[in-house]
Amino acid sequence: MYKAMINVTLKKSVLDPQGQTVLRALETLGFQDAKDLRVGKFFELTLEAQDADQAARQVRAMCEKLLINPVIEEYSFQVAKEGNVPKS
Amino acid sequence: MKAAVVVFPGSNCDTDCYHVLSNVMKTPVAYVWHKERILPKVDLVVLPGGFSYGDYLRTGAVARFSPAMEAVKKHADQGRYVIGICNGFQILLEAGLLPGAMLRNRTLRFVCRHVWLRVEDVHTVYTRKMAKGDILCIPIAHGEGNYYCDEDTLRLMQDESRILFRYCSEGGILGDAYNPNGSTDHIAGITNKKRNVLGMMPHPERASERILGSTDGRMIWESLFEG
Amino acid sequence: MMPTVQVTPELVREHGLTQEEYGRILAILGRTPNLTELGMFSVMWSEHCSYKNSKPILKLLPTRGPNLLVRAGEENAGIVDIGDNLAICFKIESHNHPSAVEPFQGAATGVGGILRDIFTMGARPILLMDSLRFGDLDKPQTRRLFSGVVAGIAHYGNCIGVPTVGGEIYFNDSYEGNPLVNVMCLGIVHRDGIVKGKATGTGNPVYYVGAPTGRDGLGGAAFASRELTEESHEDRPAVQVGDPFKEKLLLEACLELIQTDSIVGMQDMGAAGLTCSTCETASRASSGIAIDLTKVPRRETGMNSYEVMLSESQERMLVIAKKGKERVVEEIFEKWDLHAVRIGEVTSGNLVRVTEEGKVIAEIPAKALADEGPVYVREECKPEYLASVQELDLSQIREPKDFNAVLKKLLDHPSIASKAWVWEQYDHMVRTDTVFYPGHDAALIRIKDTSKGIAVSTDGNSLYCYLDPFEGGKIAVAEAARNVVCTGAKPLAITNCLNFGNPMKPEIFWQFHQVVNGMTAACEAFETPVTGGNVSFYNESPVAAIYPTPVIGMVGLLEDITKRIPSFFVREGDLIFLVGETFNEIGASHYLAIEHGLEKGLPPRLDLNREIALQKFLLEAADRKLLVSAHDLSEGGFSVALAECCFSPEGGLGAVIDRFDLLPAGLRWDAVFFGESQSRVLISVKPDDQEQIICLAGNDRVSIYQVGKVGGDHLIMGDRVKIAVEQLAAIYQHAIPRRIGG
Repeated sequence: MYKAMINVTLKKSVLDPQGQTVLRALETLGFQDAKDLRVGKFFELTLEAQDADQAARQVRAMCEKLLINPVIEEYSFQVAKEGNVPKS
Repeated sequence: MKAAVVVFPGSNCDTDCYHVLSNVMKTPVAYVWHKERILPKVDLVVLPGGFSYGDYLRTGAVARFSPAMEAVKKHADQGRYVIGICNGFQILLEAGLLPGAMLRNRTLRFVCRHVWLRVEDVHTVYTRKMAKGDILCIPIAHGEGNYYCDEDTLRLMQDESRILFRYCSEGGILGDAYNPNGSTDHIAGITNKKRNVLGMMPHPERASERILGSTDGRMIWESLFEG
Repeated sequence: MMPTVQVTPELVREHGLTQEEYGRILAILGRTPNLTELGMFSVMWSEHCSYKNSKPILKLLPTRGPNLLVRAGEENAGIVDIGDNLAICFKIESHNHPSAVEPFQGAATGVGGILRDIFTMGARPILLMDSLRFGDLDKPQTRRLFSGVVAGIAHYGNCIGVPTVGGEIYFNDSYEGNPLVNVMCLGIVHRDGIVKGKATGTGNPVYYVGAPTGRDGLGGAAFASRELTEESHEDRPAVQVGDPFKEKLLLEACLELIQTDSIVGMQDMGAAGLTCSTCETASRASSGIAIDLTKVPRRETGMNSYEVMLSESQERMLVIAKKGKERVVEEIFEKWDLHAVRIGEVTSGNLVRVTEEGKVIAEIPAKALADEGPVYVREECKPEYLASVQELDLSQIREPKDFNAVLKKLLDHPSIASKAWVWEQYDHMVRTDTVFYPGHDAALIRIKDTSKGIAVSTDGNSLYCYLDPFEGGKIAVAEAARNVVCTGAKPLAITNCLNFGNPMKPEIFWQFHQVVNGMTAACEAFETPVTGGNVSFYNESPVAAIYPTPVIGMVGLLEDITKRIPSFFVREGDLIFLVGETFNEIGASHYLAIEHGLEKGLPPRLDLNREIALQKFLLEAADRKLLVSAHDLSEGGFSVALAECCFSPEGGLGAVIDRFDLLPAGLRWDAVFFGESQSRVLISVKPDDQEQIICLAGNDRVSIYQVGKVGGDHLIMGDRVKIAVEQLAAIYQHAIPRRIGG
């Protein structure tokens, strides 16, 4: 079993109203050091694969087929072997 | 002309579209369940508004994999008519039948109210009974109607006169104050290169009977059926 | 797995049960309950499920009427016949405590819960209304609650595709930290399609459908029956998360299933979840029910039987099918991507019997849980505060120098101002039946394929109830009826949500009793029975109890929707009439509160006979098409009502009021402009109909004064008020957005 951590954000060229609103809120709360903020999505996926490479290939395919919309979004991910696989 | 309304899990303007087509426009119309692989023999397919699959992941992202969407694509490829309204528009974008994508409204809030639309091009089966520059009053109801596309796509659509409706003031002026969701170039509705597929965020089916306040939406149906 | 915990007096107390109540449990069972059984009793005998503190008082409300197909208390919601083989089913319910803790999900699941109450009866929900109360909107904490609640309602209602067509919102310090979220739903059903929540027919299979069970809302019913304390913020896990998409599938699947004649009963799993739905369906049918917990779908691992029986996970239904129709039931749910799991069956006898892996986990008589909970007649006494707050020496209240300024101030108050910022976030048009949008006196929905319309209004002025609970209760019903009548519809029946503080306090219980007495008097006078509703006690913040807040949901029928009357002026040159009598009543008014900072005095008196005459007059005038517009006078009185008449969404119109001389002598000017005397309406009439309307009013013994004319672009009232309508409209529209910041 492998675990994939997938991050999806809006492309830099796309306006992110949610990110801007949150950034403004942080500034209002006195966090003047906050300079830029993008709100994204996070997927935690458990999948079966023979090795990390195959897992990564699968995750990439899933992202491009369904999980992201390439017109507005971009993604990055990490794959790791799951530590304690429960016996079933 | 015969029509079909596709029903996805979470569609909620399906009955509204059916009602207008059938009872108001007196057109033969059938429902098509999203699991169907074959469409009945129709000229027009309507992808209705709603929250297909709860709008989870992204609006329209899951619905576009419904079996019926393969048939809808074929239908469009053959040059027949497809209208996507609101969530239907979002599905058309996800399915690649129209270019671009939807972002959350600039205000981050859902918005439901009547807006003004300027008719930008009348060389389609959907707008042929209108005049360029006509102003229509039609309601919107969406949380993600902030249309986005890259500059090349926008220029292409402008050059090909594929932007059919823009948000405007009551007097027809374009401006941020009259753009309810922040959409690129004030876009409210677009068509494809072959001009047989229409995607629009406003709901013409909600503006087709006098008792509901506006009948401007009828212009679209009349263009289609009485052209 | 069953928790093996010894039931101790402390555990009994933690479950909110008294020693006496525990004694009854021992007597009923003839043995000591186990922990699961104790939990089941505690939720079913909580105020939320059993109405143990309110029952004797609620019995005062009239529940009989000629058109009632299902009466209050018999089922999940009452049902009223509207002719054409159609019936309507409606109910209002509170979700106050969950919304205080987590506004978005609290409000969203409130919408989900009331929708299930309606479609569980076989009715298709066609509208939602929300009655909301918050503290001072100028405080950040209130803004957070307010925005969260509105977004939560929008999230759920929009997604499921039921229009939110109206409601009301008030802001008052008494709701600081304890907002009220009351949601009303109305559905429509064919007379022969009504489904009961009954588990009849021994051997009939019992299905569990919908979302799997998790630990959410564990003990929510018990949670809703406790005062909010500082620690409530630690109670976060008790708030459920809603899934409107799942509910939409459930709704469509259940309504499709009903068409197939394959079920005998259905009940949603709301408060007290599986416990409540099993014991209530069995109790109504005087049967037994047996379920196997092993089969209940679960979202989390390691849940014990106590948790499964008490979970309040949302979007779940219990369906009692007809034996032999199992395939039909299963196929329809499969079609909608829902899994129907057969978890048990109807049994002879009278027991709710819960087993797990072959072992009996709980065995309790269904009626003992559902109907035989304790009932208390609580102590009551007239509160001491009343004498001092009712006292108001009018001679000490200086009339304002600048009436323009007062009117602007009133229109800028969030309780009076436009709520468009709120209702534009709700899809109020989906289903294409909404004829009168929010902003009208009442929402009006057409019924397709008929000539009929349904008008609905929610009302409840809590300041009146605080200062005079009896009169306040009466006025809440009267105003709701008047709002419905202003559209041309005839009031049929009400649902109500009664929001009060801690009923163990005699002063609170007295308020409760008085308000119900007032409502009873008005309901009897208008012949509008109560079809059901909800009581929410323990609405207290750490500082104090909320003002007593009955919320009335009045439903009316308009036989011919072409005879509908809008609330706004329509045409230049129409004559404006003030109908009804004005008195020197400024006690309990918004004017007194906002301009003078006083929440004092007696609220206006409501004469039921005068109100009945007014409503009769309006309905006759509407039927004879004599009214162009009609708008009720309420908070802010004549001047605010007049301004609202000018704010038509189709484009504003001005008005000139120049015949104050017709009004009775001896009135204070502030009472004329801002007083809230009852049973008054502003109408506009075509000049040609002037004689007819005056004559009709004379026949009905209703006072009528032709005070002015529609026209121009200013609102002019004698020599005291002159403001451009555009300027007033801007104040009215921006009051809430400018406080929210967007």
